Amino acid sequence: MKKLIDFTVKENRQLNHDTFLLVLHSDDMPEIRPGQFVNVKVEHSPSTLLRRPISVHDVDEKEGLLYLFVKIVGQGTANLSTLKAGDKVNVLLPLGNHFSIPESGRCLLIGGGCGVAPMLHLSKVMKSRGLSPVVLIGTRSAKDILRREEYERYATVYYTTEDGSEGEKGFVTDHSILKEKFDYIFCCGPEPMMKAVARYAGKQKINCEVSLENTMACGIGACLCCVTDTKEGHKCVCTEGPVFNINDLKWQI
Amino acid sequence: MADLKIDINGLALKNPVLTASGTFGYGTEFEDFIDLSRLGGFIVKGTTLHHREGNPYPRMAETPAGMLNAVGLQNKGVDYFIEHIYPKIKDVKTNILVNVSGSTVSDYMATAEKINELENIPGIELNISCPNVKEGGMAFGTSCASAAEVVKAVRQVYKKHLMVKLSPNVTNIQEIALAVEAAGADSVSLINTLMGMAINAKTRKPVLSTITGGLSGPCVKPIALRMVWQVSKVVKIPVVGLGGITCATDAIEFLLAGASAVQIGTANFIDPAITVKVIDGINSYLEENGFNSVHEIIGLI
Repeated sequence: MKKLIDFTVKENRQLNHDTFLLVLHSDDMPEIRPGQFVNVKVEHSPSTLLRRPISVHDVDEKEGLLYLFVKIVGQGTANLSTLKAGDKVNVLLPLGNHFSIPESGRCLLIGGGCGVAPMLHLSKVMKSRGLSPVVLIGTRSAKDILRREEYERYATVYYTTEDGSEGEKGFVTDHSILKEKFDYIFCCGPEPMMKAVARYAGKQKINCEVSLENTMACGIGACLCCVTDTKEGHKCVCTEGPVFNINDLKWQI
Repeated sequence: MADLKIDINGLALKNPVLTASGTFGYGTEFEDFIDLSRLGGFIVKGTTLHHREGNPYPRMAETPAGMLNAVGLQNKGVDYFIEHIYPKIKDVKTNILVNVSGSTVSDYMATAEKINELENIPGIELNISCPNVKEGGMAFGTSCASAAEVVKAVRQVYKKHLMVKLSPNVTNIQEIALAVEAAGADSVSLINTLMGMAINAKTRKPVLSTITGGLSGPCVKPIALRMVWQVSKVVKIPVVGLGGITCATDAIEFLLAGASAVQIGTANFIDPAITVKVIDGINSYLEENGFNSVHEIIGLI
């Protein structure tokens, strides 16, 4: 069941020049599965009418904590970046489908830019189910690699940077770890990166899921604004996604 | 508790709050947040004779105090609605209206005729004002002759409440309203979205796949209020007001301007529980200002 909850900001930690971590608390936290997202209301910003869809970075069910890893891209997220401990923020959640978690097999989780956000929750749940996930993080430069210790707690982590300042130089699809055998790939990041990963997975016949972030209005399947073209026609990214198997999409790859 | 009941030309509403088509899905999307039976009614997504895929993505652009959409009437067609959706919603204790759209007069008639057979659908909202389709839609609603033609044709086959949704993209909305009234409409709803456009200066391209789209949200409210006031001065049938309502005060303004009921649209996207807050807010307003019934404030201006 979806809920509208007034969370209390427990912490707002700036991670680098354009990214911050929001830790929100509520005693009424619903169950959230890896890959799901939330829709956050932005107050005191007249130019921001709609909620901001943000993927779930991590969840602490016992403490009722929701972790959001947010990149400032416009006025709405800039406004959220100024929230202070004790502030209230209204969140619509949980939204969308989720990554499928296999019972066995070797899983590669690829995150690019702020698309790394959901990979923490996913690797944590995978590890708790006895899987040994491998995470590949791709960023522009070493300074954009954030929350490193958290990922390394649940997964074996590899890095690529475009400038070569950390890990291997290049894009995620250039990384040598891809030479190893994987049964599943889960990917979230900029669309060109996800398409490159999908191309690789398609060629290698690896089962691959990607998480899309189309612009959306409602987040609950009412407005039909966020559709992506699939083999079964237009589907809402907010309710039938954000996670899609690449075989269902009509990507030209 | 003030009396919120209102009868719009035979359609009995327990309160004057409806939801606008295209912003409320089929109602079921909102069941986690509100009790649907509290609404005066809800108007389901635009329905056409045949399945429509709608326009390509991107279909939405946020604008200051508003949004543009270019969904283009994506729906699975009237037969799918009757077979798969109607059974799920027909027992909700409220008025469920189907928004009917089409590319030709005969499409409108065929769709309306099928909906006429559904026992628990007391009315349709005829959409002659969708700005996001190439054929039909707004083309019917922007001239008196074509608006009257489609309303007259549907009136012949549709026996229940016929609400006609008007386009604001016209020179004189009073004339169109009078034309559809004469053609047999039981009520008019206004306004549909205003045609607008968004451009991304960085990419030097339009934001929407269709270049233009329909503008909604708080930014259109003053225009909607003006048009509701103008139309309610000239027609005898009830006027249902919509356009940028986000709170009870907005809804009350529309009632004062002459609307007998209101529809809430874009605000459902931001607060899926907004409708019941507006209903409660109208009641408080009436009580605090010494009115016994919502009738007493309709058209005070």
